[in-house]
Amino acid sequence: MVELPTEEFVVNMGPQHPATHGVARLILTLDGEKIVKIEPVIGYLHRAIEKVCENRTYAQCIPIIDRFEYVTAMSCNYAFSLAAEKLAGIEVPERAEYLRVIMLELNRIASHLLFYGVTAMDIGAVTPFLYGLRERELIVDLFEMTCGQRLTYSYNRIGGVSRDIPKEFIPQTHEAIKIIGAKLSDYEGLLNENPIWLARTRGIGVLPKETAIAYGVSGPVLRASGVQYDIRRNDPYSIYDRFDFDIPVRYHGDCYDRYLLRLDEIRQSIRIITQALDGLPGGEIRAKVSPNFKPPPGEVYSRIENSRGEMGIYLVSDGTKKPLRVKARGSSYNHFEVLPQFGTNLLVADIVAIFATLDIIVPEIDR
Amino acid sequence: MTGKPVLFIELYGLFHWLYEKLQATGLSQAWVNIITYTALGLAIFTLLALVALFLVWWERKISAHVQQRFGPMRHGWHGWYQTVMDAIKLLQKEDILVDTRDRLVFFWAPVICFVAAFSAYVVMPWGKGLIVADLNIGILYIMAITTFTVISLLMAGWGSNNKYALLGGMRSAAQMVSYEVPLVASVLVVVIFVGSLSMVDIVKAQSGLVFNWYIFRIPFGPIAFLTYVTAATAEANRTPFDIPEAEQELVAGYNIEYSGMKFAMFFLAEFINLFTVSAIAATLFLGGWNGWAFIPSWLWFLVKTLGMVLLLMLFRWTYPRLRVDQLMEFAWKFLVPVTFANLIVAGVFRYLGWYW
Repeated sequence: MVELPTEEFVVNMGPQHPATHGVARLILTLDGEKIVKIEPVIGYLHRAIEKVCENRTYAQCIPIIDRFEYVTAMSCNYAFSLAAEKLAGIEVPERAEYLRVIMLELNRIASHLLFYGVTAMDIGAVTPFLYGLRERELIVDLFEMTCGQRLTYSYNRIGGVSRDIPKEFIPQTHEAIKIIGAKLSDYEGLLNENPIWLARTRGIGVLPKETAIAYGVSGPVLRASGVQYDIRRNDPYSIYDRFDFDIPVRYHGDCYDRYLLRLDEIRQSIRIITQALDGLPGGEIRAKVSPNFKPPPGEVYSRIENSRGEMGIYLVSDGTKKPLRVKARGSSYNHFEVLPQFGTNLLVADIVAIFATLDIIVPEIDR
Repeated sequence: MTGKPVLFIELYGLFHWLYEKLQATGLSQAWVNIITYTALGLAIFTLLALVALFLVWWERKISAHVQQRFGPMRHGWHGWYQTVMDAIKLLQKEDILVDTRDRLVFFWAPVICFVAAFSAYVVMPWGKGLIVADLNIGILYIMAITTFTVISLLMAGWGSNNKYALLGGMRSAAQMVSYEVPLVASVLVVVIFVGSLSMVDIVKAQSGLVFNWYIFRIPFGPIAFLTYVTAATAEANRTPFDIPEAEQELVAGYNIEYSGMKFAMFFLAEFINLFTVSAIAATLFLGGWNGWAFIPSWLWFLVKTLGMVLLLMLFRWTYPRLRVDQLMEFAWKFLVPVTFANLIVAGVFRYLGWYW
């Protein structure tokens, strides 16, 4: 048999491409539909967030850091507040801690709902996208009711939260998580058993445990590869040690497991929110902290588990009212860099599925 | 087709009147034919353009309601003339051309696509006697002429000189050629029973009771219908088989570099193709224009066809998209064996006379 002479060709997937969720760029070397080489390129959304923070007071940093990971802005501004509080040794009132946990978990659910929709859309089913956003709207409404914002909340303050919840918040949250919990089975009914969905995700994009650990992958992607590691449990912050919840783990490390794991996590977040709402104490929502507060010289690294993985803020203080150095660690950076490790036995459509289930968000790559 | 032209033997109304008037003026028969056929062609073209505009609006409304949205609501009742406005906008748009295109190929691709989509309607029986020309090779003609779409998509992919477009063009060529096989094999089941390729004969063979429809010819009728619908979904490039224009992978596939009216031609042709495959399904399996006599035959045809369109639209808004290799595997490893087995069984039954 005579082999046809074929040529490899290079395709730029991105920076402008419908499936890259922003301006990520992949240089794909293709042999027909087959992928020969994947080369991730970063730097298209660099807004110097870290540098901008270094020219502002600690309190002014919070609205900037919101833009760092805009899908879960609550966890960004929480991570920053946590670092600053650690640095200055500020005690946060109990009620504020509960409110923070409620908001963080609501934001995690919102992020996972967006993931559900976007992943389904990337694999070709457009309708789940609208369903995911419909339920996310309930949560966004709750945030709007509390802090007036729908995307970049700036709700946390150093030493507490910006304002107390209105009195309709608690019944409406109960209602919202009830609806979301009920709709989850609808979501699963639409995709989990769908043969096309299974063909597109099961066994596709397997990330072995060892590779995942070697590349510093964290969050749902790591847990889908069979590593039970969640900072909420392994290095508890805030008041997470008081709640009863499970860390879901799945073992195949493929796109299907990453998708299922996030649906599992929504259920666990609902459990945490229910417990937090029941145990919500009264009292102050913010410790007395001066807007121009000056933490003592020193450095601190605080890390939290957000919906994508480990989010860390590293702060260096020189005793002035502005931080000397701010370093934000986003999990998407590691998830993006691990892309070439998925091997070359892939088609163009698989890259889209893998990219979607890694749940990469671009501003986290380029700080 | 010699002597008296086959057109409108049973068709009353405007064209028959025009035909007779022209003959009375003493023009030569050739001129009479040319003028009448031109008028008829324009009428069909207008009708199909309206159908395409309606389908675009309908698709938007259906997708909206599936997704719990409203869809277009501004222009008229539930936005009924939204697509007319869109068409006007597309007409006015600047035709953006890439410098590196292959001029000839780039220009002719949408034209061929458009013409191929419309040509199928020469033999489409819209109702009792409502057919442009009852060719004795009707269904074969449709199968042949709609295959030109493949060439146009490949031309669009090649002529754009864009890698995504090329990938889309190659995908569409592979897909449509593969699915042509089960499509034709499913159609052949019906042809075996009718013993004719003429669309009118096929419809007439299904007259009478509902159980004369070929979808009820158990066991091979329903199987042929299902395989036909599956292959037709792929032929019309619709989800779950819409890989040639898979937005999330290829941005827009073969039509990525097209804009303005050229894009509109691809877009309208796509909806005409959707209507064509549905109309063939209605004609071959659902009895065509047959139905209770007190409802006009053309209405029966439209209702059945739009029902099929609705089915295909619901597919699109429910299912994810297959991958390109899975798509080919599905065609060659599953659909082709099933349709051929079905065809052989149907042939044996026909030969032995074991059917009713």
